[in-house]
Order: sequence, then structure tokens, then C-alpha cells
Amino acid sequence: MPPALLLARSTLTEARRGGLPWLALGCLALAFGLAAFLSQVAVTESRALQAAVAAAVLRAGAAFLLAAHVAASVVREANDKVTELALALPLSRSQYYLGKLAGFGACGACLAAASCAPLLLWAAPGGVALWGVSLAFELLLVAAACLFFAITLASVVPALAATAGLYLLARSMAGIQLLARGPLAEESLAQSVARGAVDAVALLLPRLDAATRADWLLYGSPAPAEFGAALGALLLYSGLLAAAGLFDFHRRNL
Amino acid sequence: MSGGQRALRAVPGWIWAALLAGFAAQVGLQALRPPPATAAEDLPPAPRAQALRAASLGEPAALARLAMLYLQAYDLGAGNALPYQRLDYARLVQWLRAILDTDPRSEYPLFAAARVYAEVDDPARCREMLAFIHQAFLEDPNRRWQWLAHAALLAKHRLRDLALARRYAADIERLTTDPSIPLWAKQMEIFILEDMNELEAAKIMLGGLLATGRITDPQERRFLQGRLEELERRLASKP
Repeated sequence: MPPALLLARSTLTEARRGGLPWLALGCLALAFGLAAFLSQVAVTESRALQAAVAAAVLRAGAAFLLAAHVAASVVREANDKVTELALALPLSRSQYYLGKLAGFGACGACLAAASCAPLLLWAAPGGVALWGVSLAFELLLVAAACLFFAITLASVVPALAATAGLYLLARSMAGIQLLARGPLAEESLAQSVARGAVDAVALLLPRLDAATRADWLLYGSPAPAEFGAALGALLLYSGLLAAAGLFDFHRRNL
Repeated sequence: MSGGQRALRAVPGWIWAALLAGFAAQVGLQALRPPPATAAEDLPPAPRAQALRAASLGEPAALARLAMLYLQAYDLGAGNALPYQRLDYARLVQWLRAILDTDPRSEYPLFAAARVYAEVDDPARCREMLAFIHQAFLEDPNRRWQWLAHAALLAKHRLRDLALARRYAADIERLTTDPSIPLWAKQMEIFILEDMNELEAAKIMLGGLLATGRITDPQERRFLQGRLEELERRLASKP
């Protein structure tokens, strides 16, 4: 087996033994319980409400769990000198980095698959499958971002904060652009500068608001072009983050 | 990990290429994507105020203002006021209602209703917005009188509905109790009565106001006294 795949498998094993499955189960229980509670309160659209709320909780929960796991794992390995030990083996830095990323991506795929299970109770299997695939790619992006930040910042809290910042900003960027374009205030230089700055930041971020949408569970699957564009953007940004992480990792003195 | 950086040439060429290509592709892809836009028809049904409060996580004042920013993003893309006319005003009023209920002390929804959404050329939509302002005024007259005063002016000048303007002005006079409310607001009904050629009623109201002694400013008293005398002259000259 290639060394990168061995490393990916060991990363998966670490996640399994580190309690990530139990945390994922807790997240599933939370989403299920919240959806069940809200369905009792709703007077209409109770199934849609359950699907939408559970999907939103599972999506955010999976992203948070994976980011926390990646940050803790990478920083612990660095502190325990496991990284130096691994690189002392016949393993290039690129193989090490990409192997870790593949392992974390596989963890994300497992989390996405688990997140789909309760949604099958309330939504059509086709929509759930597409939502799950999109979530898996989104979690790959989260893993790539957190791996990059954890290796660069070498500390759990800053890495988590940076990942959360990137994730939340990417999910809200379309809304922020809308706000920047439509204020009631008169056109001014400050407003133009603010709008230009927002547009510039948007160029550097993935459009997470277009991916893993609960709409797909409620109103049917997205058009193939829309789905493909969403996945392509996620993959592209994951690749960009991986390249940035590799760049930094290669420059680091270990 | 120990600190320090190795030289840039330590980075393999394919990583440089991947990084530059990825960056260019990301920026290119985002630049080609059309900017997000909303149309008037897209305005979704308003949430209930309770839902907004629950979503605010204990910060209703912040959420109410953010919700107003969200709402005003509809149909303002070109910085053009005309497209307001395409907005679904029933939904718009529901949104403003929900936001006002989320933070009743916020002036933002009433400002937008009076100064933006009510100033459309469509009389029906204007009336819908004025009705919302009037209803909001009835809930808290001392705090929201100025918006109803603006609504009265819109009813008088834009809709040319003096009866409606008088009703709003009368409500300001009748329902507000805060002594800090300026007298011009309380006297609006008198001048609207004049415009309606209801000179007798205007004279009685103005005379009554002067007789209460609430007008202490000598200039203002002299001005109103002059208006009263002019009313009496006009009444006397009436056939």
C-alpha cells in the first residue's frame, strides 16, 4: 500500500479510537431530538421543518466536529514530535501532508454518510444522496482549511478560530454582498470602497451558501449544472488550500 | 514544530504551479460568477416575531436591525427607488411588522415605511404603508408620533386625502400625552381643517388651544393668534 494511503488509514483509525464516532452520534441525537421537538410545535410542514432543521444542525455539527478533530490531531502530533518521526521515514513531506488530508477527508465522508441517515426519514433518498455528497465535499474543504491553519499556526484554538471564521464568512458572503449592494444610504466614496472590499474578499472565498442546501431535501434535487458547479467550486478551493498548506509545510524547518 | 522557514526553493515546482493555478482558477471562477441579486418578487413570507426573537439568541435589537438590512436589500440593486413598486407590499408590511415587534423601540422599520416605502407613486401601496404606520402609532403614541405626522403629510400632499390626513393629525392630538411633543404636531389638525375649508371647526380648535394656556412661547402665541384672527376674517367674509 502506498505510504500516503497507509497514513490516511492510520488517520481514520485515530479518529475511530479518539471518540469521533461517539461525538457524531451525539450530534445525530441532538439533531433528531431538536427536529422531533420542533415538529410538535409546528402547525404545518412538520416533515419539511424536521428535515430542514436536522440538515442545518447536522451540517454545522459535522463541520465543527471535523475541524476540532483535525486541529487537535495535528497539533498533538506536532507537540509529540510524531511529525518529525514520520518524516524521518521514507516519506516525502507532500506524501505526509496529502496522506493526512486524505485521512481527514475520509473522516468527513464517514460523517457525511452518517448525517444522511436520519434525513431519510423526512426527505426523498435522491435529494438526501446529493446533499450527502455535497456535505462530504464541504467537509473535505473544512479538513483542508483546518489542516492548513493547524500546521501554520501550530495551536488548536487559533486554528479552530481561523477555520470557523473562514467557514462562516464563506457561508454568509452572498448575503454580505447583497447588503453591500443595497443600502438605502446615498452613494458615497466610503460606500463604494466598502462594496469593492466586500467584492474583493468574495473573490477569495468559496461559495458555501450554494452547497449542501436544505432546499434540495425539501423541494427536490438541484439541476445537474447547479450541483456540478457547487461541487466543482468546493473541490477547487480544497485543492487551493491543500496547495497553500503544502507550500507552507515545505518551507517549515522541522 | 520548531520555528523558522526554509528557502522558497525548498518548495517543489509542482506545488508552486498548483498554488498559482488554484488561486487563478478560484479568482477567475468567482469573478465570472454573477453577483448575487434579489428581485422584488423574491421577497419571501415574513417570519413571525417570535421566530425572529428565538433566532436572535438574546440579541433582538441586533437581529431587528440586521433584518432591516436584509429587507432593504430587496429591489435596491440599482440604487433606484422605482422598483419598490414591484414589491409585494402585503409581505413587506408583514416583514416590517415582525421586525418592529422584535425590537419595538427601533425606529428603523417606521423610518423605512414612512420615508421609503410610503413614498411610491402607487396610491394603494402608499395607503397600505400609511395604515401600517398608523397601527404602529396606536401601540406607542408618545414614541411614534413623528412617523404618523409624516404619514399625515403624505396623506395630505401625496394622496390629497385630507380626511385621512385629518384623522392621523387628530390621533396625534388626542392620543399623545408626552409634554415634550412639539405643539406643531398637536396643531396639525387645525391647519388640515383649514385646508378642508372647515373654518368653523378650525377656529374652535385653535381658540381652544390658545385658551388652555399650553402655548407659552410668545412668538408662537402671537403667530397662532394671528391665524385665529385671519380665520375669523375669512369666516366673516363667507357668504
